[in-house]
Amino acid sequence: MFGKLTFDALQHDPLQDGAGFSMILGGLLIVALITYYKKWTYLWKEWITSLDPKRIGVMYIIVAFVMLIKGVSDAILMRAQQSIAISESAGFLTSDHYQQIFTAHGTTMIFFVGMAVVFGMMNLVIPLQIGARDVAYPFLNSVGFWLFGAASVLILVSLVVGNFNATGWLGYPPLAGIEYSPGEGVDYWIWILQIAGVGSLISGINFLITILRMRCPGMTLMKMPLFVWCSLATLILIIFAFPILTATLGLLSLDRYLGMHFFTAGFGGNPMMYVNLIWAWGHPEVYILVLPAFGIFSEVVATFSEKRLFGYASMVWAIVAITILSFIVWLHHFFTMGAGANVNAFFGIMTMLIAVPTGVKVFNWLFTMYRGKIHFTTPMLWFLGFIATFSVGGMTGVLMSLPPIDFQAHNSLFLVAHFHSVIIGGVLFGFFAGFAYWFPKIVGFKLNERLGKYAFWCWLVGFLTAFLPLYILGLMGATRRLDHYDPSTGWQPLFVIAAVGVLLISCGIGFQILQIIVSIKQRKQNLDTTGDPWNGRTLEWSTTSPPPLYNFAIIPEVHDHDPFWATKHAKNKQVAEPHYEPIHMPKNSSIGFFVGLFSLIFGFAITWHMMEISVISLIAVMACFVVRISENETDYYIPIEEIEKS
Amino acid sequence: MTDTATTHHDPLQEAYTKNVFGFWVYLMTDCVLFGILFATYAVLHNNTFGAPSGKDIFDLSFVLKETIILLTSSFTCGLAMIAAHRLETKKVIAWFCVTFLLGLSFVVLEVTEFAHLVDVGNSWEKSAFLSSYFTLVGTHGLHISVGLFWMIVFMAQIARKGITLVTLRRLTCLSMFWHFLDVVWIFIFTVVYLMGVS
Repeated sequence: MFGKLTFDALQHDPLQDGAGFSMILGGLLIVALITYYKKWTYLWKEWITSLDPKRIGVMYIIVAFVMLIKGVSDAILMRAQQSIAISESAGFLTSDHYQQIFTAHGTTMIFFVGMAVVFGMMNLVIPLQIGARDVAYPFLNSVGFWLFGAASVLILVSLVVGNFNATGWLGYPPLAGIEYSPGEGVDYWIWILQIAGVGSLISGINFLITILRMRCPGMTLMKMPLFVWCSLATLILIIFAFPILTATLGLLSLDRYLGMHFFTAGFGGNPMMYVNLIWAWGHPEVYILVLPAFGIFSEVVATFSEKRLFGYASMVWAIVAITILSFIVWLHHFFTMGAGANVNAFFGIMTMLIAVPTGVKVFNWLFTMYRGKIHFTTPMLWFLGFIATFSVGGMTGVLMSLPPIDFQAHNSLFLVAHFHSVIIGGVLFGFFAGFAYWFPKIVGFKLNERLGKYAFWCWLVGFLTAFLPLYILGLMGATRRLDHYDPSTGWQPLFVIAAVGVLLISCGIGFQILQIIVSIKQRKQNLDTTGDPWNGRTLEWSTTSPPPLYNFAIIPEVHDHDPFWATKHAKNKQVAEPHYEPIHMPKNSSIGFFVGLFSLIFGFAITWHMMEISVISLIAVMACFVVRISENETDYYIPIEEIEKS
Repeated sequence: MTDTATTHHDPLQEAYTKNVFGFWVYLMTDCVLFGILFATYAVLHNNTFGAPSGKDIFDLSFVLKETIILLTSSFTCGLAMIAAHRLETKKVIAWFCVTFLLGLSFVVLEVTEFAHLVDVGNSWEKSAFLSSYFTLVGTHGLHISVGLFWMIVFMAQIARKGITLVTLRRLTCLSMFWHFLDVVWIFIFTVVYLMGVS
């Protein structure tokens, strides 16, 4: 019945126990507060069962913030360990715990921060920007979110019950095979990623169809806002890449559960095939994360320069080129595999080529600012920070695309510094820019600018302090994932500087939390009554802040880029008498939540080899869908009177 | 139904085209998944590691029976869909019952084949080739079984509600799924079995 689960699974070292206990206490505190304020019904009716993409987007972003704090805590532990663990001192983390921490850091940041902000932003912005009232499949949107939610709960559960994966965030076999990792850690990781991955795939299909089929009249593909274009490219990447992840992890789990030999060292298995397959997903994945950020920056820079985006068509073609190229560069993650000079040369050249469309984008953004009326708001600061850090990260990437240099820098901290430059500088800064930019649209008041700027400077300086030393360390020969090193290497001062950088970043997060609290308290001063706080250009600013459930009382018609800007500056404004029609909307549904709940039970049960429970919960998931298709009235009409009132 | 089908702004009609399109995209993701399984099979099919190879274990006449049954089921599924578009509920159910029985016998045959292989000691644990063979063919069989499950659910629904725009939409997706699995099987028949014994 309980498979491999025993009471031993609850025993850890004191540090891990402390983390687990504080997490449980935090959870209990939240439950107590909700009960005290009698908010359960409100939560259930307005949020958990909601099919409104604006609500679902907010929930994604809340999870992303919680997970960001978890991921940064992991980073603090790692850097603290590395600043003290030399010669006699073993530091305060055991090797095994350290390995779990760096694995959890990578998994958390990519799947539960990166993917969460991607889908959070898409949910909040895409329907508004394309002039739609909803997404293509509101129910599947909720299912996708709750699968993601189930996976994030499961990764938190792994802190308390048993151990997490200790083989790195991509779990290379044969180390991640059953022979060398017999524990539950790799299984946790596999099922967390499977559940989150299926959720991403479902949401990916949903938003692709939303963009292709739900645009308002007049909005041709080449008139879509750039964020929508970047999202479209991202969604195509998701649709091609995530099935590869599902299949690859499926094969790894067959190796582990049924004794198959896909990636084992013996019986004819081929571990390098795993590395090829996982990067065939993994490389597109980094573009899945960064392309939406490119879209956000394109909106931000145009709005705060009061200019139309420079080179719209070249931007679009650059995105298309990046989308295609991102599928033919995966081998640069393992030039050292020994595929031969010609293969390495091909992938090296393809990798260098990606810098061309990316460069086109950077210059287009800069040209957008040229002779524009620039407003240095928080989103714009994040954009400028991005240009600097991302360019450094991009150039070190081109450096490593040369196979001979990669042979030296492979697996070193130079590589770690490179991808953090592009992911923090690109994805996170992009999200923070978008967060500040669209916050007033979603909640109805602006964020406090002063605290936002403090947060930005802490992040930027902290980032540079934390990662520039890593470039130097990497060139000095420091490899990644070290929990102990010799003092004669002379690395310690640089590791200490890097640790200080992480603390500065934590200050930045502190300011962000403070910013949200202060902004909520002072919301009366920062209310956005016009719906257009930034003098915006695209459709989302033409409706009220926050928008009504149905986004637009009358579906807009578009004739140009930046349609809202064009309307505001039109010479002869014709205000026609509004003609309302009843609006068709989906009813709330709790089934998405239950799909997530049963998937969570399934993931936990199969991790611990509780076969009966996993089969039952899987049947329960199927039953949820059967119940859904048997429902008769899943939608309703909002009557005209109600629309006219608001 | 014909009346509502012609009005453009009818949400049900919009849902019909949108869902069928979305289901196409889903099938393409499934296609990528099978593509990966085919690729791993192609990489590993010579890694027999002392265990028997495809030539030793495949019985073409048996596989031909499976193939004919599955292809016929696709044909009957097509007949059911013609009936569905003519709103002939009873015919739809009858043809889908035939499809179901054919699909079920395909699964039974496949399970028999697998059980036989395991019985004579050629299980998936013996070599990378056998692992990839069982996984590729088994994943297809699993898909067929899921299709059979939805066939039961939809038949129960049609028996109660008849053919509406909503149920027709679901049947269309199911039939697309079924034909897609047929195409995958043709590739399995060629790549795994025909090329395996040559």
